Order: sequence, then C-alpha cells, then structure tokens
Amino acid sequence: MSESADHTPRRTDPRTFAVRAVSLLSQLVLPILVGGYAILDDGNLADLIVFFLPLVLAVVGANILFAYLRWSRLTYAVGEADIRVESGVLSRAARSVPYERIQDVSLEQKVVPRLFGLVEVKFETGAGGDDDLTLAYLPESEGERLRELVRSRREGTTLQPSDPDTPVPTDSSRLLFAMSPRRVVTFGLFEFSLAVVAVVAGFVSQFDFLLPFELWDWNAWREQLAGPEQWLAGMGFLAQIIGGVFALGSLLLVGVVTGIVRTALREWNFRLERTDKGLRRRRGMITRTDLVMPVHRVQALRVRTGLVRRLFGWHALKVVSLAGDSGSANHEAVPFAQMEEIAPVVAETGFALPEDTVEWRRAMPAYRIDDFLIGFVFMLAISAVALAFGRGFLALLPVLIGGTWMGSHEFLAWRWGWHALGERQLYTRRGWFAPDLSIASRHKLQSVEIVRNPLARLRGYADLRFGLAGGRLRIRGLPLAEARRIRDAVLTSMAEQDFSAVVDDAGSVA
Amino acid sequence: MDDAEDLNPLDPAYKSMLRLQLAIAALVLLAAATIAEVAIPGWTGAVWIPALLLTTYALIRVPLRRYHATGFSLAEERLRVVRGIFFRADTVVPFGRVQHIDVGQGPLERVFGLSTLTVHTAGTHNASVSLPGLRHEDATAMREDIRAAIRRDTR
Repeated sequence: MSESADHTPRRTDPRTFAVRAVSLLSQLVLPILVGGYAILDDGNLADLIVFFLPLVLAVVGANILFAYLRWSRLTYAVGEADIRVESGVLSRAARSVPYERIQDVSLEQKVVPRLFGLVEVKFETGAGGDDDLTLAYLPESEGERLRELVRSRREGTTLQPSDPDTPVPTDSSRLLFAMSPRRVVTFGLFEFSLAVVAVVAGFVSQFDFLLPFELWDWNAWREQLAGPEQWLAGMGFLAQIIGGVFALGSLLLVGVVTGIVRTALREWNFRLERTDKGLRRRRGMITRTDLVMPVHRVQALRVRTGLVRRLFGWHALKVVSLAGDSGSANHEAVPFAQMEEIAPVVAETGFALPEDTVEWRRAMPAYRIDDFLIGFVFMLAISAVALAFGRGFLALLPVLIGGTWMGSHEFLAWRWGWHALGERQLYTRRGWFAPDLSIASRHKLQSVEIVRNPLARLRGYADLRFGLAGGRLRIRGLPLAEARRIRDAVLTSMAEQDFSAVVDDAGSVA
Repeated sequence: MDDAEDLNPLDPAYKSMLRLQLAIAALVLLAAATIAEVAIPGWTGAVWIPALLLTTYALIRVPLRRYHATGFSLAEERLRVVRGIFFRADTVVPFGRVQHIDVGQGPLERVFGLSTLTVHTAGTHNASVSLPGLRHEDATAMREDIRAAIRRDTR
C-alpha cells in the first residue's frame, strides 16, 4: 500500500456489519418470543405467518439498512497531526483529535467481535465522559497498527507507513505479573459478594414456588436429608438446625460461586507486561481487554486490601493516571497479589513503596476529638427531642450507642490514619479494617490547598488538599505548621517540572 | 509563606461591586418584607425592621469582610489565592501546572471595570481556581504573565 493511502479516509471493517447483525438478532430474540407467544396463544398459525413474519422482516430489514448506511458513512483518516472521524447519515459530524491529546489507545474485544477477529479501538483523551473517540470495529491488526502509530506520533518519531495486513512488529516485552487459574479462583473466593447473596435470598423468597422443594420449610429439609433411613427425622430440633445450616450454606455457596465466576470472567489469563510504551494489561475470559498504561503518565499509586484478604496478605495495586477518570477504563495494575509481587511493579512505574526511614505522622488528636464532639452534639439533640416526648429509655440510645460508635470510629480513624513526606513522594494511609495506601509523586501534583474551618482555626489544625490528575488526595486535621511545611516542600518539588514534562516527557522520572 | 504576609489586596472597587450586588438582593428582600407587612394587619414592623437591620448590616459589613478576607500573590511563579470568611482556603497553583486561563467579566463587574481571573489545572480537585475583584487591566496583565511563564517552561 502506498503512503498516501494512510491519509485517505477509510471505513471500518465490513465484518462490523456481521457483528451488528448478530447482536441485533440476539436483541430481537426476546421481542420475537414474546410476540410469537402472544400470537400463537390464539392458536392460529396462519396469523403468525401473515402478520408476524412480515413485521419481523421489516424491523430486521430497516435495522440492517440503517446499520449499512451508518457503516458506509463513517470514515476515519489517519493524518499528519490528528485522527479524523467523519460520521452521520443525515447530519454529518467531523471530529479531529490531535495526537498530543490522545492519552491512550485501548483495544477491547467483546464476545461476538472476537469470533470475527475484530476489535473496538478507543482513543482516550482524558476529557472524561463520552467524549472519547471510538472506532468499532477494526481488524485486530489494524487496531494494533493504530495504537503503535499514535504512540510513535506522540513521541515525535514517524512510523514508516506499514501495510495493515502485515503483522505489527511486537516490541520487547517483559512479563511483570500474571495470574494462574488457581490464583484467579483464590481471588474469586475473596470476591464473595453479600449483595449477591441478599439478592438471591430475596429472589428465592419471592419465587420459592418455582423450586422443587421448600427452602424455608425445615420439615421438608428434614425429609430430604433423612432419606430412607429416617435417622434424622428422629432428631427433632437438631435436624431443624441442620436444615437451617443447609439453607444458609446453599446461599453462601451461591455467593461464593458468583464471586468466583465473576472474577474468572474478568481476570482470566491476567497478564501485565512491561513494554516499550508502558504497562500492558490483558485480561478477561469472554471479553478480552487490552490496555496500555504509559508509565510516565502514572500520577499516583494506590495499594488496597480488604478486611479478610488482609489477613492472608493479599493486596491490589491501582494506577491513578490522567486518563483514569474516563469511566470504563479501570487502571488496576495488579488486582490480587502479595506485597512481594507488587513491589517490582511499583518499581517499574518509577514509584517506590514507602521506605522504612519515612517518618509517619498522625492527625492532631484535637481534630478527631472535635469531629467526635460535633457528632455527639447531634446525638444529644436527638436525645433531647426523645426526652421531650417522655421517652426516657429511647433517649439513652443515641447517646450510648451513637456515642460509642462515633467514639471508636474517630479513635480508630486517628489511630490508623497516617501521612508521611518522603524524598520524592507523599504517602497517606488510612482505614483500619481495609488499609488503603496512596503514593503520590511530589513532582506530579497540580495544586496545593490549605483549608480551615472556624473550629480548625480555633484549634490550630488544617486540611491539606492536593490537585491530582485523575484522582484525589488529601490529608486531614494536621497541625497548621506541618501543613505549611508539607505545602512548601511539595511546591518546591512541583516547580522543578512543568506540566508538559509531567504528562508527556517519556524520559522524566517520577 | 504565612497567612497574611505579602498578599496583595483586591481592587477597592470590589467592595463597591459587592455592595451593589448585595443591594440588589436587599431590594428583593425588602420588597418581600413590604408585601408581608401589608399582609399582616396593622403596621407592626415585625418583618420590616429585622429585614432592614439585616440588610444594613450586610451592606456595611459583608463587603468589607469579604474584601479583607481575600488576597492573592504571584510571587515565585505561583498563583496563590487566599479566600473565605468562615472557611479559609489557601490555594497555590504553580504557573507550570496551569492548563488554560480565563479572564471573565460579568455585567456588574463591567460597570466597575473589574474582572475575574480563573486558572484551570489538570487536577481532579481544584480543577479551577478563580480570583474575583481584579482591575481588568491587572487581570489581563496577570494572564499574560502566567502565559509567558508557561511558554518559557515548555519552550
């Protein structure tokens, strides 16, 4: 293919059509079934053929015609400085996205496109929302080629125009982290969702007539369990307990299985690689996603864990990046791993886990005490109202229970809330039951703000808020002098680099 | 960098503008109070007098307090904005982090020759920081300063 071909408008892959047709048909299955049922109910097959068939054909035909028009009127052109997409059947829209503004190119494969070897190419601009440019669907090779092209253009080097049919030369990549099926299943066990259990429980109690047995009927359970020997039947109360345990157990089993299935669908064959362009993540069983997170765009890191998984040392690593707030793109770099496995990935992003020498500090006790007192005053007010209505016992509840809960919450939040200022990074750590560690680069923050409410001014503490691209970062209730110290230190670091260096310069170090 | 030290005050005309802004709100309030007075039989003044006291206080005190609570500085290639009477916020945006700059003028601001300078950053929090009550020429000059600093940094 000649070079000029690169600039001429192109259409998406014709097979897009087939994908649309398949998804359209799958959408139509339900209406057809319902409609067919309604007509067949009358028992007249002739009616079905006379009325229903033409209707279905008309709807399908109109949809296919419209899909064809849309497909034929959508073109994209890869220009010198931008990617242009023209679309629209009746009203035409032209959009141009300069290479400099494209933060990332992600490729997504859903089930049906995957069968045809097609991908959806998404150009993330960091604008957030639905403003991102998407091309659906292109052949896999073309998707890869566009991705390479955008990246090379962005870095100022022009890629020699390559034929879309020749495979893209794969750049050197190094495996950083992968999840074996066993790991995925372990992960799934921890993804046990109480919400699912609640939904299933609610569903079962609504539709228990559909089940072949009575879930909530202990006697039925007893008979089921008793079997031919009837040994359980004689055990009376114990059998009821066993029945209850079984009912509960089956619900829990549903929760566990859903967790495992959902996790497996999402995380199957998880691979995180270090390529020339950044961290490349591929995952998914049916919908395979392929995402590249450019390392120099990483603004901050988050290490998370959960109440139970913490006991086994499982953590997740998430990347906060400029394109991070564009909804669907979830920048989880390592979803489930031990800290020893996370550390090398952290190092690869140019960040570092907090060193032992870092001086961790807590918020001022006065801040948490004030927080508690404000809440307590509210509880007292509620109690006063209850007392005014002559409910002496009820009046005790808010003060005792609310007070205890708030007191312990504030104490634990104070006890486990930490912040530290490192040489190049800023750390915050919070949460008692599920510790959450944030690592931000001092160079990559956007703004610093010290906020003080009247109480804070009286008691001498302040909140420190940082402008972080794609995320939020704040330290609450620290002494004013320390807030000023951190701000000055961070501002000095920020002054060393311009914004363009923060997001664009691949050579810059965090 | 301490709380009040080396901060530039806003243009004094800002006080007059706030006063005019408040006066418009006060008129609405007083009109409502008058209607209430008419509705209540007999001229008791139960609504009118508190409303009058409140507006008088607001017209005298609020512009002054707002004016004195706000300050800015452009030292060390940073825009620093301090504002808020009850909730004091002290925001610093280095010029190097500014994405784009707006100079806006509302109808009232135009009467007094004032402008609001707004700088936008890439941060999710504090995505835009605005500084009201600048003389229009000062605002445009500040915009040029910041822009020049950005261009110098990016070459």
